[in-house]
Formats: sequence, structure tokens, C-alpha cells
Amino acid sequence: MATLNSNIPAGPLGQKWQKHKFNSKLINPANKRKHKIIVVGAGLAGGSASATLAELGYQVENFVFHDSPRRAHSIAAQGGINAAKNYQNDGDSVFRLFYDTIKGGDFRAREANVHRLAEVSVNIIDQCAAQGVPFAREYGGLLDNRSFGGAQVSRTFYARGQTGQQLLLGAYSALSRQIGLGAVTSRTHSEMLDLVVVDGHAKGIIVRNLKTGEITRHVGDAVVLATGGYGNVFNLSTYARGSNVTAIWRAYKRGACFANPCYTQIHPTCIPVSGDYQSKLTLMSESLRNDGRIWVPKKPGDRRSPQDIPELERDYYLERKYPSFGNLAPRDIASRAAKQVCDEGRGVGETGLGVYLDFSDAIQRLGEDKIRERYGNLFDIYHEITNESAYRTPMRIYPAVHYTMGGLWVDYNLMSNLPGLFVLGEANFSDHGANRLGASALMQGLADGYFVLPATIGNYLATQKPDQRPKTDHAAFKDAEHSTQSMVDRMLSMNGKRTAASFHKELGKILWDYCGMARTATGLKKALELLPELREEFWSNLRTPGNASEMNQSLEQAGRVADFIELGELLCLDALTREESCGGHFREEHQEDGECKRDDERFAHAAAWEFTGVGKTPVRNVEPLVYDEIKMATRSYK
Amino acid sequence: MKVRLKVWRQKNAESPGGFETYDTPDLNSNMSFLEMLDVVNEDLAGRGQEPIAFDHDCREGICGTCSLVINGKPHGPHRKVATCQTYMRSFKDGETIVVEPFRAKPFPLIRDLVVDRKSFDRIIQSGGFISVRTGSAPDANSTPVPKIHSDLAMDAAQCIGCGACVAACKNASAMLFVSAKVSHLGLLPQGQPERDRRVMAMVTTMDEEGFGSCTVTGSCEAVCPKAISLDFIARMNRDYGVALIKGEPRRNQASEGGA
Ligand SMILES: Cc1cc2nc3c(=O)[nH]c(=O)nc-3n(C[C@H](O)[C@H](O)[C@H](O)COP(=O)(O)OP(=O)(O)OC[C@H]3O[C@@H](n4cnc5c(N)ncnc54)[C@H](O)[C@@H]3O)c2cc1C
Ligand code: SF4
Ligand code: FES
Repeated sequence: MATLNSNIPAGPLGQKWQKHKFNSKLINPANKRKHKIIVVGAGLAGGSASATLAELGYQVENFVFHDSPRRAHSIAAQGGINAAKNYQNDGDSVFRLFYDTIKGGDFRAREANVHRLAEVSVNIIDQCAAQGVPFAREYGGLLDNRSFGGAQVSRTFYARGQTGQQLLLGAYSALSRQIGLGAVTSRTHSEMLDLVVVDGHAKGIIVRNLKTGEITRHVGDAVVLATGGYGNVFNLSTYARGSNVTAIWRAYKRGACFANPCYTQIHPTCIPVSGDYQSKLTLMSESLRNDGRIWVPKKPGDRRSPQDIPELERDYYLERKYPSFGNLAPRDIASRAAKQVCDEGRGVGETGLGVYLDFSDAIQRLGEDKIRERYGNLFDIYHEITNESAYRTPMRIYPAVHYTMGGLWVDYNLMSNLPGLFVLGEANFSDHGANRLGASALMQGLADGYFVLPATIGNYLATQKPDQRPKTDHAAFKDAEHSTQSMVDRMLSMNGKRTAASFHKELGKILWDYCGMARTATGLKKALELLPELREEFWSNLRTPGNASEMNQSLEQAGRVADFIELGELLCLDALTREESCGGHFREEHQEDGECKRDDERFAHAAAWEFTGVGKTPVRNVEPLVYDEIKMATRSYK
Repeated sequence: MKVRLKVWRQKNAESPGGFETYDTPDLNSNMSFLEMLDVVNEDLAGRGQEPIAFDHDCREGICGTCSLVINGKPHGPHRKVATCQTYMRSFKDGETIVVEPFRAKPFPLIRDLVVDRKSFDRIIQSGGFISVRTGSAPDANSTPVPKIHSDLAMDAAQCIGCGACVAACKNASAMLFVSAKVSHLGLLPQGQPERDRRVMAMVTTMDEEGFGSCTVTGSCEAVCPKAISLDFIARMNRDYGVALIKGEPRRNQASEGGA
């Protein structure tokens, strides 16, 4: 059994972080220069961490599979980033942001981490503005805010519909500065394929160069994984196509615990699937729900065009069921409600898997120009993809996989149960519980990278002597390189009949059908029969064209799909074992009036799975969640 | 619908390349151009042939990874969109479509349609930032920025770093890309202290990387998926002139020595 010590500092909630920073070990400047830190990933989390660690004087080596650090998937975030600045004087505070985030996560996140997140949120905005992030402003020159993702205060900072892009370019510019100064070595087109563990400590990684196929060993005093979320396990999602689970999955197979894999977020406002060829689903920012009204016809099977359906025959179901939050109900609730009306046969569009998001009232109230100013670029995207104008006819939307709250287990210092392995951003499990609120992932990624890790990593490094760092000819490095090489060779030599893409599609369908928005014990058991069969077929019938010593995109994809299939099994097992509903994890057996029914007696804990072998049942470790300052309540948005 | 593709295939930078012709399987006109390539690649792989290598990631026009010159135009037939936002309904049934990589000396070819755009990163590394240590920033609202300036800065900051501007230019000039970053930071009060050294350093690196000079043909603006305006080039030229007159040295970082 792994030991899970959350290392939450003692003392009152509001003072924990300050006290912890004070009690954390400092490394003297001369020694900092000797410590080498490997950072995998340059999204908001990895980019900000690499830049800040280098500013502090550490040697940093940064790896990304992309061709440039600026391409990380964070670039695609649209809506905004939360911070408890209370610039609007509308009653916001650190405590309120903390409480909203804990409640939004359905009381399944760690209290101390979330409070810290809310505390540092204010520093993030200062940092980004100083870097030149062109946040939206008011005419007086001060920063503008909007309300977002089910919040009743306006605390979201944004840069048009491209907040993630601008924040990432900020982190990328800070990182670029350090690369230019020689303080960070940047390795692009470099995919981490294994974690090297020496005497129980993470000390290095194995990397394949995607341009040349060369496999190399890299050693460091600590390894930081900031490799993003694993939502592409469902194949179709709002993620970039390249996002994958490989880095954290292979770390899991080397002993790091994987926490709460079943906490996946399905976002309510995406453009519906249109055909079998579909490669990705496009998010329509949640900010649209501030002005758009969601409805379906009252009558099942009503195929009239939306304009011909009179007001009285429409069901504005979110406004009806959740009068106080209405169209702004949290994501998990809005998604499930959409599924429900479609299951009742009231869905719209060709496939019947869609609901209307209607702007006609808002256009009447505010005028088309105002709507164009607010959402013009989103309406353009919608038009591009569907060839329909949302100014004239309601948008059609449907939920799609969007974010993963689960990830590698970390303690308060963001260190996993494997000493020396740190995990940041979407790749860890720490702050969003069972459901993430809008505009909080960007906040978490930057909090982890700019402010948390740089303060906590010293606690580990102080115990390590850089001159005693293992060499890359250590048996553990050879072994890891060998297993990477054999996996590559095996995938290329099988010469079966099916491509990796066809396996990915099949995997995605199994997960969406049995482990999607509504889950049942029967369905999950079915998936747990199908997935091992799929894994076996993958390893006997895969066909990967090309060879290993050059750019080979089929090979890259095959490796990622292999890991996704194994992850799929863990995801379903976690979902089956968690016999309650909470946040994005909805078990049909556990509901009250169609809402999530938590079981705090049995499940107020994080489940951190420990690998025991492929196809073998992993060990389920448990970290109890203790709430000192707040009471667990039933989440109600009615 | 079906189309005939003439695609540039090249194993690596050293070996010679050439066009190959492929007749696609049946397509749906609502597919994106990249989904069409996915279908062609699945078909090739199924027949034991090597799929066409091409770059892509977000598939929604924001990451700047996709490239491709389609029928002679970087990012395809439509203005203000990237290749990944191009749909098959823009082509005719039975049409022959020519697909090539972005060609420019500072973007060496890796394979088929994939080129290496690291020269862009090196330009940014030489000066495309505001030097601000984490934790040292003042309260964000202590520096008001007139809305018109921040809006204009945002127009420039939208550049996705795709390199289409370079691919479209007969001189392989990177002026639109560089001017977008110089203008974004130069328009903000936070960017003033380094304004002169930034423009000097970035323009110097741009020249060293082998990008050509600008003759104001405007083909860059026409293909830019984010409609970055030529005005930013004029703005950068002014900034560069000012920095020259002030005697700003042509190197930025070396003088700084450390983080
Ligand atoms: C369409 C969309 C819109 C969103 N909008 C918002 C929003 O408005 N507000 C909000 O708060 N959140 C939003 N999110 C969520 C948020 O964008 C992400 O959770 C967050 O950006 C993740 O950042 P990250 O740094 O953890 O990972 P990423 O940005 O995914 O970065 C991962 C990095 O790891 C590297 N990497 C991964 N695996 C390997 C490997 N094996 N080897 C080497 N390198 C590797 C990649 O190259 C990349 O650099 C949105 C998400 C999506 C999909
Ligand atoms: S200026 Fe336009 S074309 Fe050039 S890199 Fe930027 S977005 Fe691409
Ligand atoms: S794939 Fe990201 S811009 Fe085209």
C-alpha cells in the first residue's frame, strides 16, 4: 500500500499557506544553481513553473511534444480566469471564491488546497497584467470582469474569447526570456515516454525525439509533470487532438497513485456531433449562457423549425428546474439536464442529440450590435462549422467531454507519493473535487506554476544532494529506456489489421456509452468486460505503418492510444467503486429527484489507485477529506 | 463528394520530394479539410502505405500548429481562417486540390507537409517579452490602460504564430509576425521600459534567422488567419527608427547577465 500523507499544515485555514511558506526550506542561491529540475509540459502550469524556477536560479530543462512551447492546449481556453480581486465591489472575497470552488466541486476537494488557490488568485492577475496580457478593460482604463460559470459575483478576468491564448503567451514570454538567458533548456518535439525511479525517488525521464525517433535519458534532482488532462480517452472531446495521458500514465505504472480518474467533466455547450468522420468537438464558451436561453420543445418528436414553435410549447428547462441559477446552473447539472430532455425524445437537430441556445430575447433587449460585440467571434465559429447564423436561428448545442478533475495524487506541496515527482495543473487531482467551475482551471495552472511549486519544491530539494544525483548509466535508466524501446518495436512489428485510430474510436464509444454523463453498475461492468478485450485485440491486431527512426505520427498515436485503453479500465473501475453520485460522476442508482446523491459516510475521500500490473486489479488507497472550517452541505442550485 | 489530391511527399529534409496523387474515398461536405486528410490517411494505412504527415492540434484556429498551402494559398481559400477551419463545402465535387507545405528557408522541412518553425521561437526569446519576475508585480489596477490602447494591443496579440505570413511572402519576410508582438507590447504602459531594446533585438534576430525584407506587398495580411493588420508593420518601422536614432545597441539579452 502506498503512503498518502497530505502534509496539510496545521493552524487555521486562512493562515496555513502563509505559515507553510515561512516554514518551508530555503535553498541558498549557490546551491540552487546546482539543482537541476526537469519540467515536462509548457502549458499554463509547466510554462509558468519553468520560468519561475529559472528566475529563482534553478537549472531547468523543459520538454514538450509540441513543436513550440506556445502550442500547449491551454492556448484554446476561451472564457476567462477567476480571481478574488473584488474589483466590482459586489461582495467577492477570498473566502467566497474558496467556498464557491469547494461547493462547485461537490465537497470532494481538499479544503486547504482550495483556500490557497483562492488566496494566490489575486497575485496571478497582477503578474499577468505586468507581463502585458491584454485583459479586457473599461473606459476608465481599469480591468473589466464578467460573471462566469455559475458564479453570482463578477470575478472573471478575460481577454475577448481568447483568455487562455493570452495567458499562455504571457507564460511563454516569461519562459522564452529564460530560454534566451540560458537558464532554461527547451526541448521541443520531445515526448516523455517513461519516468525513471531510482531508490524510490523520481530522478529522470526517457524521451523520444519526434523528429528523429532518437530515444534519450535525462536526469534531474526532481521531475515536474505538467502534461495536462486525459479527456481524449473519450476520443471525441473539446481537447486538442494531441492531448494525451501518456506522461502521467507511465508515471502511474512506475508507482505514482492516480486519484479519482472517474471525475470527468462534460461541458454543456458544445457544437453537436455531425458525422462519423468527426475528429473533435468545438466548445461554445459558457459565457454564452449569460445571454442565451436554453430550451427544447415540450412535445417529444416535435420536428418543426424553432421559429414555428410558439413560446407556450417551449420548455426552458433550466429556468424551470433551477429558478435561482437558471441558464447559469453549473456544468454537470446543465449537461445532465440536456441529456435527460434528449433521452425523453425532445432533442433537436438531425440526430436528436441537441438543445437550443437561443439569443432572440437578448437581441431584442440589447440589439444585434451588442450581441455581436460580446459574442461575435463565437457566432463566427459556429457559422463556420455548421453553416448556420445564430443571429437568425438558435444555436444547437450538446454536452461534450471537456476537462478531467482526476489526475495523479499530490500532497499539499504538489508532490506525488513518489518523492521527487511533482504534478501541476490539470494533470494533478487536487483542487476541483468532482466538478470544476468555469474559469478555475487557468487559475489553478498558473497558481501551481507561478506561486505554489516554486515555494514548496525546496522542501524536497533540501533533502537531495546534487553531487549525488544518479548518472544516466544507472540500471534504472537502462531498464526504462529498454522498456520504452521494446514498446516502440512491438507496435511497429505487429503488422495486424487495425489502425490506432480505429481502436481509439471504439474505446471512446465504450466510455461515452457506459461511463459518460450517467453511469450504472451494469453498464460499468459491461465496459469492464469490453475494455480488456479491446486491449488484447490492440496488442495482437494493431497495424502501425512506417519506422522508428524518423517522424512517425502513426507511431505517436499508437503509443497514446495504448495508454488510453489501460486508463479506460481504471476510469470505469473507479466509477464502479464510487457508489454515490457527486459532481460530474453521476450514478443513476444514487439520485434524489434527479440530482446527485452523495454518500458522505462512505465516500468523503479521494481514491488514489496504485498500479499492480496490466490487467490486474489495482490497490485502492484512500485519503479522507476533512473539512475544518466549512460544513459539507447538499449542493442546491434551485 | 470526392476530390483528387496532389500532395507533396518528402521523407525528410535530405531526400528529394515530389507530388503524389490520391483519389479520396467518399467525403461529406461538412468535414473539415483536416478530417478529409484523416480519412485519406486511414485509407492509406489500411492499404499498408505510409500516411501523409501533417501538423495540427487544436483544430479550432487558435494553436497555430496547422499549416498547409492549399491550391497555392497558405491556410486555403478563405480569409481570416486557418487550415483547420476550412471545410470541404468550399471545394467542388471532383476538384483537384494541390496541397503543399509552408515553404521558406527559415522553416526547414521535417517530413511531407510538416516544417520546423523554431526560428519564430528564437525571435521571441531574443526580446518578445516584458521582463517581470514572478511575484514582483504591482496591483493590476495600479496601472490603468486606455481601452483603445488595450484593444489595439489585443488585436496584435491575437497572432497565433503559424507562419502563413512568411509562406505567402515572396521574400519570406516575417515582418507581420514580429510587428504583431512588438506592437502588442509597445502599446501597453508595461512595455515601455524595454520598447527600444525589444524592437532592436527582435529585428536583429529576424534578420539573422534568414527571413527576407518587407516590400509591402500585403500578401501576408491577406492570408493571416487572425487578420493581423499591415499597420503594425508601419508601427514597428517607426519604433525601429526611433530606437536607431536613440542609439540602442543591436543586442538585448547578453548585457543582462543572469535571471
Ligand atoms: C476548449 C477549452 C476551453 C477552455 N476554457 C477554459 C476557460 O475559459 N477557463 C479555464 O479556467 N479553463 C478552461 N479550460 C481548461 C484549461 O484550458 C486547461 O485545463 C488548462 O489550460 C490545462 O493547462 P495545463 O498547463 O495543465 O496543460 P496543457 O495546457 O494541456 O499543457 C500540457 C503540456 O504538456 C506537454 N506534454 C503532454 N504530454 C507530454 C509528454 N508525454 N511529453 C512531453 N510533453 C508533454 C504538452 O506539450 C503541453 O506543453 C478550457 C479547456 C478547453 C478544452
Ligand atoms: S501574423 Fe498572422 S499569418 Fe503571421 S504568424 Fe501571426 S497569425 Fe500567422
Ligand atoms: S490546428 Fe490549431 S490553429 Fe489549426
